[in-house]
Amino acid sequence: MSNYEKWVAFCTILIKEVRRYLRIWPQTLLPPAITMTLYFVIFGTLIGSRIGEMGGFTYMQFVVPGLIMMSVVTNSYANLVSSFFGAKYGHSIEELLVSPTPGYVILAGFVTGSCSRGMLVALIVTTLSLMFAELQVQHLWLTLGIVLLTSILFSLFGFINAVFANNFDDISIIPTFVLTPLIYLGGVFYSLELLPDFWAGVSRLNPLVYVVNGFRYGVLGVSDVDVRFAFGMIFLFTVVAGTYSLHLLNTGKRLRQ
Amino acid sequence: MTTALAIKNLHKVYGNGVEALKGISLSVEEGDFYALLGPNGAGKSTVIGILFSLINKTAGSVEVFGIDIDKNFPQAKKALGIVPQEFNFNMFERVFDIVVTQGGYYGLPQKLARERAENYLKELGLWEKRDSQARELSGGMKRRLMIARSLVHQPRLLVLDEPTAGVDIEMRRTMWDFLRSINAAGTTIILTTHYLDEAETLCRNIAIIDEGRIIQHSGIREFLQQLRTEKFILDLRQELPADFSPGFPCEVVDQHTLEVMVDKDQGLNALFRAISAEGLEVASMRNKSNRLEEMFVTLLADSADERADE
Ligand SMILES: Nc1ncnc2c1ncn2[C@@H]1O[C@H](COP(=O)(O)OP(=O)(O)OP(=O)(O)O)[C@@H](O)[C@H]1O
Ligand SMILES: [Mg+2]
Repeated sequence: MSNYEKWVAFCTILIKEVRRYLRIWPQTLLPPAITMTLYFVIFGTLIGSRIGEMGGFTYMQFVVPGLIMMSVVTNSYANLVSSFFGAKYGHSIEELLVSPTPGYVILAGFVTGSCSRGMLVALIVTTLSLMFAELQVQHLWLTLGIVLLTSILFSLFGFINAVFANNFDDISIIPTFVLTPLIYLGGVFYSLELLPDFWAGVSRLNPLVYVVNGFRYGVLGVSDVDVRFAFGMIFLFTVVAGTYSLHLLNTGKRLRQ
Repeated sequence: MTTALAIKNLHKVYGNGVEALKGISLSVEEGDFYALLGPNGAGKSTVIGILFSLINKTAGSVEVFGIDIDKNFPQAKKALGIVPQEFNFNMFERVFDIVVTQGGYYGLPQKLARERAENYLKELGLWEKRDSQARELSGGMKRRLMIARSLVHQPRLLVLDEPTAGVDIEMRRTMWDFLRSINAAGTTIILTTHYLDEAETLCRNIAIIDEGRIIQHSGIREFLQQLRTEKFILDLRQELPADFSPGFPCEVVDQHTLEVMVDKDQGLNALFRAISAEGLEVASMRNKSNRLEEMFVTLLADSADERADE
């Protein structure tokens, strides 16, 4: 395939992916808007006012970055896992596998599609949050960089999940039993400073801690962990997950017999 | 002459240990109309799956227009169009989008993909359905949709796995005409089918696969010439006499129906003379079964005998 043909194939996958989540927006874009508004109301306004300050900010300001990242993570993941597994389950993935489109173009198309949903949801949630808290982004490029990289990373995780999944249960197990606990324990709602040393140490093994704190630093300028280290870790995870995903796609694991 | 497809010593052992292909070799010339026949589970779809990279071969080689799939599969794929046995499009997508999107996967610019989609959907009688979701199509329409989709990048070799399964008789004939026309325009076609009359009508060459081996590989004419006898069913106006014997091996099915085996070089005149001599009138006559079908059954039985002897 020429580079132009690869570009056409990439755009075809991307457009198809974007159209998919836009078509089913009540399942893809509306839920994060509703849940996050509830979080803002309950944790930020009702309970938050009693909690007082955290990390030098009002509790509302403190939780907003974490909640935005939470929606980016869950939506990027959910988008790729359901789209790719759906295509695998219904066999329409064969349309792509029989074509000359190389594996990396297929992966890039799916990941970019999921990222676009992650970013769109981030935009929606951020806009909503402005009704509840005043946010001044301290480091714009770092903030955008972390959102983008996080969205890529969790799209890739979603892809890997989809490749190994055999049925619809398999695509909800990881989000329920792994992703959600890691997000809740990743410092979305509290500062690691509040934890005893031991648990603060254990928390540092949780990749979500870097995602949440990196982003919080970008927005508020404070973080529980070294931001360069956080960024490096997310980057490293992304490279590893990307390489592994590409390997799965090129060897046809669970896709070809 | 260019060879469109050359398969050498192809083996496939599935993950569960099933040895689906036990060394298949065949070659199809450019421009040919070729049938791959065989009973259920023979390995036809496995061969096709390997061509389309959905199944990894265990051993052997495949060349498409001289391009080895192990060396440059993407290049080979450009020359290949597939119509799989099972429906494999997104049921919730629009018919038109399915075809256009497939064009995109082959790098066709939107405009061209849309033109071709329109062209093939019209030719296959699906243009009125272009805005319907795929799941709203009938079984036969879905199959035609897969044909339109497989042609959007204008492959030089089109492979169809049971394209007319579940298609009504009239539509089947329309599809035959369509396939004949694209074959005449230069597309090499390989199809599998369980309708032997289809193979006989359309194809010039055939291969018969049984249990992962090729048991016959020849032109359809030579193949049919091997058939020595034909079986006819005669409906008679009068009751057959109890001791009726026309000098042919025959079986009295009931008092008005006779089944006769006629040898190739015997001809039918002698049969009619014998019947007339008895003062009987023939109301109608038909072939007992498709000739190819008969041949096919005989061959498979022979092949099973050979395996039993081994
Ligand atoms: N995914 C698979 N895993 C294990 N065995 C398989 C698989 N697919 C096919 N087989 C086996 O391989 C053999 C050949 O199957 P194949 O589908 O190629 O037959 P076929 O000639 O296309 O039959 P049909 O006319 O019924 O479509 C059969 O024994 C089948 O059970
Ligand atoms: Mg089959």
